[in-house]
Amino acid sequence: MAKRTIIPIGPYHALQEEPEFFKLHVEGETVVHLDIELGYNHRGIEKLSESKDFEETIFLVERICGICSTSHPLACVQAIEDAGEVDVPERALFIRSVVAELERIHSHLLWLGLAGHFLGFNTIWMWSWRFREDVLNVLEVITGNRNHYGMMKPGGVRHDILVEDVPTILKLLDGLKGPVEMFRAAVMEDPLLQARTLGVGVLTREQAISYGALGPTARASGVDIDVRRDHPHAIYGQVDWNVITRESGDVFDKAVVRILEMFESIRIIEQCLEKLKTTIGPIDSNPKQIKPGEGVGHYEAPRGEVFHYIRSDGSNRPARHKVRAPSFMNVPTNRETVIGGTVADATIILAAVDPCYCCTERMAVALDCRSGERLWGADELVRLSTEKTKRLGKEIGWVGPELPFGQ
Amino acid sequence: MSFAIQALTRSLNVFHLAGSACNNCDIEILDALTPKYDIERFGMTLVGSIRHADLILLSGVFNKKAAERLKILYDQAPKPILVIAVGGCPATGIIFRGSYNCDAPPSDYLPIDAFVPGCPPKPEAIISGVIKVIGRLRSGEARPAYENLASGGHYR
Amino acid sequence: MNRDDTIERIREALGKRLLDFERKTSSRIFLEVAPDTVPDVSRLMFEEIEARLQTASGVDTRDAIEILYHWALDRLDCVVTVRTRLDRHNPEIESITPVCVAAEWVEREMWELLGIRFRNHPDLRHLLLDDDWPAGKFPLRRDYEEG
Repeated sequence: MAKRTIIPIGPYHALQEEPEFFKLHVEGETVVHLDIELGYNHRGIEKLSESKDFEETIFLVERICGICSTSHPLACVQAIEDAGEVDVPERALFIRSVVAELERIHSHLLWLGLAGHFLGFNTIWMWSWRFREDVLNVLEVITGNRNHYGMMKPGGVRHDILVEDVPTILKLLDGLKGPVEMFRAAVMEDPLLQARTLGVGVLTREQAISYGALGPTARASGVDIDVRRDHPHAIYGQVDWNVITRESGDVFDKAVVRILEMFESIRIIEQCLEKLKTTIGPIDSNPKQIKPGEGVGHYEAPRGEVFHYIRSDGSNRPARHKVRAPSFMNVPTNRETVIGGTVADATIILAAVDPCYCCTERMAVALDCRSGERLWGADELVRLSTEKTKRLGKEIGWVGPELPFGQ
Repeated sequence: MSFAIQALTRSLNVFHLAGSACNNCDIEILDALTPKYDIERFGMTLVGSIRHADLILLSGVFNKKAAERLKILYDQAPKPILVIAVGGCPATGIIFRGSYNCDAPPSDYLPIDAFVPGCPPKPEAIISGVIKVIGRLRSGEARPAYENLASGGHYR
Repeated sequence: MNRDDTIERIREALGKRLLDFERKTSSRIFLEVAPDTVPDVSRLMFEEIEARLQTASGVDTRDAIEILYHWALDRLDCVVTVRTRLDRHNPEIESITPVCVAAEWVEREMWELLGIRFRNHPDLRHLLLDDDWPAGKFPLRRDYEEG
């Protein structure tokens, strides 16, 4: 067996050398079939929720995913508020949006880093995560934690954004505009990145609609949906911003949507902070009890619509709590985008849907379609992708920075 | 300091193993690699195979399916192996305790050298935890937890 | 068509098959139909109204097993939830995956956690639980016991 290269990224999921999430069946270099195997992350959250009270369940759903950790609580509190007909003070709504949009920025920067790594551009990974650190610092200033903010509660938010913290946030946003523009130029104008992503992993508009695809995955294919605009909640109707859509549904467009969305998030946060100056009042309507009823809460997480359904029976616990994360609708679309493509493109296509990180890393193995024999594991698939980048780079005479980490 | 400990604690090969994790700890562990925290200045590198590992960083609550895998992987690890549980999940299962798909958390069946509490613990806390383990092993204050196993080579 | 007209269109199309209708708020509608009507409602919602299937939730209410199909009308700021009740002792219904591929995983999850059998589903097998999960044990049922 070839000497194992040390790849400076993890986690090495407990699927080492065994069936991975995505099993690609290949004929030569072409992927002809895809098996998707979940189950390594299922923790029985919906059932657990029934044994927690409404406030505890927010902490539970926050831990569904560490990247979208405010999206699930936000959809969950909206479902509880819908079921119990609870009002939320306006100041709380603005604060919710500030935290939510900061999360969107950090999540897209994280994805950008991963995508860069899978393509062999580790500089992009290091740079995008470096700026992500600044976003996490600001989130720590506002909420007390870099991740798992614990901000949402039925009826409002737990912490206010203090006047003395606003300049810190504004400084961060200002400091992000340059780097996000740098990434935009890097992705949209670099010939090598284009060569690797244009026309790759195309999801057509019809396919996106029939799979119920969501978020940037759908918007890149021309499906103009965004829960923030379509079902306005919080304050998205009161600030000026655009929904970003593209046409081709390839990996390139999926990247462009996420990068341009970061600009929009910055705009939204700046406007919210302005409005917060004059929106004074409580940040919590303090509901004492959730009356019996059913409610739906949905919110546009960085990956797409996150959906929670709550049935309340008048006690202090959910009688039923249904959770549907956006990746649940997006990951099946890989069936259309990966099949027919080459093995070297598989990792970036699978990653373009931005599934939960743990499902992305260590995610795929390629099997010979006749014998079922294991050909390439996750590390090797990333290596194939990196090699394709190098090869294309030579072909087009790309002059760019030296790739670190000796790929 | 015995030769084994000396060999073990110099230039640690770190294997990051996540099971049913929400990924927050995983990303903080990865952050430890980025220039701001830079775990490599302590001579630690991430390895791609458990057979090369000196230290396992464990994250996640390990549901039924993942726990089976964990036990197989632990057996494959060269002994002695150090294990550090990152975050609340591998220590107690925290808020997932009692789920129909999660049995005991890893701390119930694997010997663990250190717990780094937090949800997630910051990269500084993770690095600090690893440094403390190395320090205590080198000074002789502690032995690898693996040695507490009743019968060599198998988990409880 | 605006929101009110669209909702009228749905009521008209279902006619007597609409067992219950509740307009909880201007943008939240609950309908109830019999299980046999579900494929037709789904076709109506997906193909004619061009709604988006957000997901479906199964609920064990001790009297019955309910399925709630949640359809988003994105251009009209509206969510229509279609409810149907199945016999708890033999919960079975026609799959709507042939109408809308988005239902494929949604139905697999409801089958393995609640035991609802979806007739003519193209691939009804475990999604989240282990393949050797004991048959007949459905975690989201009220009477689920471990071990």
